[in-house]
Amino acid sequence: MARMKFLCDAERCIECNACVTACKNENEVPWGVNRRRVVTLNDGVPGEKSISVACMHCTDAPCAAVCPVDCFYTTDDGIVLHDKDLCIGCGYCFYACPFGAPQYPKQEAFGVRGKMDKCTFCAGGPNDDNSDAEYSKYGANRVAEGKLPACAEMCSTKALLAGDGDMVADIYRERVMRRSGRPQTWGWDKAYGAGV
Amino acid sequence: MTKREQATAKGRRVHRRIMLWSMLVIALGAMIAPLGGYLFVEIAGAQGFEEVNPRSETTWRDVREGNTGVTTVLGDETGVLIQNGGENWRQLRNGIVANVMPWVLLAALVAIVLVYFIGGRHRLDEKPSGAVVPRWKLWERVLHWTTATLFILLAITGLSLLFGRAVMIPVMGPEGFAAYAGGAMNVHNYVGPVFTLCVAAMALAWVWHNIPTRADLEWFKAGGGFLKGRHPSAGRMNGGEKVWFWFIVLVGGVVCATGVVMDFPIWGQTRETMQQANLVHAVASILWIGLFFGHAYIGTLGTEGAIDGMKTGYVSVEWAKQHHDLWYEEVKDQEVDASEIGLTSGVATTRTPPEKPASTG
Repeated sequence: MARMKFLCDAERCIECNACVTACKNENEVPWGVNRRRVVTLNDGVPGEKSISVACMHCTDAPCAAVCPVDCFYTTDDGIVLHDKDLCIGCGYCFYACPFGAPQYPKQEAFGVRGKMDKCTFCAGGPNDDNSDAEYSKYGANRVAEGKLPACAEMCSTKALLAGDGDMVADIYRERVMRRSGRPQTWGWDKAYGAGV
Repeated sequence: MTKREQATAKGRRVHRRIMLWSMLVIALGAMIAPLGGYLFVEIAGAQGFEEVNPRSETTWRDVREGNTGVTTVLGDETGVLIQNGGENWRQLRNGIVANVMPWVLLAALVAIVLVYFIGGRHRLDEKPSGAVVPRWKLWERVLHWTTATLFILLAITGLSLLFGRAVMIPVMGPEGFAAYAGGAMNVHNYVGPVFTLCVAAMALAWVWHNIPTRADLEWFKAGGGFLKGRHPSAGRMNGGEKVWFWFIVLVGGVVCATGVVMDFPIWGQTRETMQQANLVHAVASILWIGLFFGHAYIGTLGTEGAIDGMKTGYVSVEWAKQHHDLWYEEVKDQEVDASEIGLTSGVATTRTPPEKPASTG
């Protein structure tokens, strides 16, 4: 059985934010919610690195461990999803998550959190596949259609990889080898060849 | 000594000298050779070889330490790629807090049951004569019971959110518990700030009764009259009540403050702050609930006549003399007969010890 994983190749990410836009467009996420974001480290300094980050679909997910109503579940593909009908918006998953993946629509009074929203690996939620209820709550279910997440599918530099962890790892390993092996596995020249 | 023997001895000396020097060279070499790397780096650096080993690259180490990058997504801490604190919070909350603190509550309950069955109730020494003295004004009683009601609401909803997943989901099912937990969370979040104001009002209202005095020291030395024997002297509030008051002011104050920090995530507080607040909140509030069990027992079942003060505002003269003799001296001129102020049944002044139910079976 596949174990779905995201991998962002920091040598290739050019901080175009297309993954963020694709995600918003594909899933019609609520205003103010960003399931995915691109973070640039050492911005403006030579050697800056950008990483696209969303829910990493952890094997031992901290969000699921601390949820008071136990609304998280892991699919057969290793995708961590949650049930918005159970979620009470307490914010504990947000405390626990190292990646800041859980998001809350903030339209209610006194900063009360709405039901949590996060990256679903474009795999919807517990409702029937691609039903209206599923789409309005969780967004698209591309996985049910045999497709991969929209963010990775339309990454222009193929920095963001999504899919079976073994295949993603193989692709990345091949890239690393082509970058003339370690320890020189970084830099533009190594990613795309000298003089490109 | 023959020539042959001399030659052998010389050979041995030479052999030993060679061995000693070899060992010295090996030892020094083992110490110096690894330092050659620095020389290589120096030469490489001088040649303009600028690339660094990725294992020495600090970028990813910085990420792991929660350093902030730049992102176009607006919001608190969106530039942080990895926040480590959550893992610690998870381990502490699901580990120590969820597994140790229930035993604290159970220990408090067991202690109360033991006190009840071994020490027995604290009965009045004299039968109430009907004379009463005022102890709590109406606004004080309203404040007390409002706070008490909110406290119980907060305790039930708070414990539900911490232990409900383990205890209540198996009973109510996921949907049933989620519906209840949603309501419980909203009650907890909206009642919390009101409760905080009540606690603050109580602290201000009663702080003057609760300044520690020498009498309290004597009271504690005598074990608060808990151990049978002479009942120690006490003013308006005895040592035990003062402990409860200052516990509420200090530990309760921490519970209220950490609660407010988590209740309003709109002030830009970081996840780390809220993780720590959550742990302190859980531990301190469970200690509070444990001590509250004791307070509730002593105020109702444990001490005959104590509840009347908070119920009617008046306590019997006999109760005042027995438990708060120094205070009774101050208020004995305000003594009235219970019937004059319309107090009849249900008050210690006229009550005989309640009969035990005929059957419990």
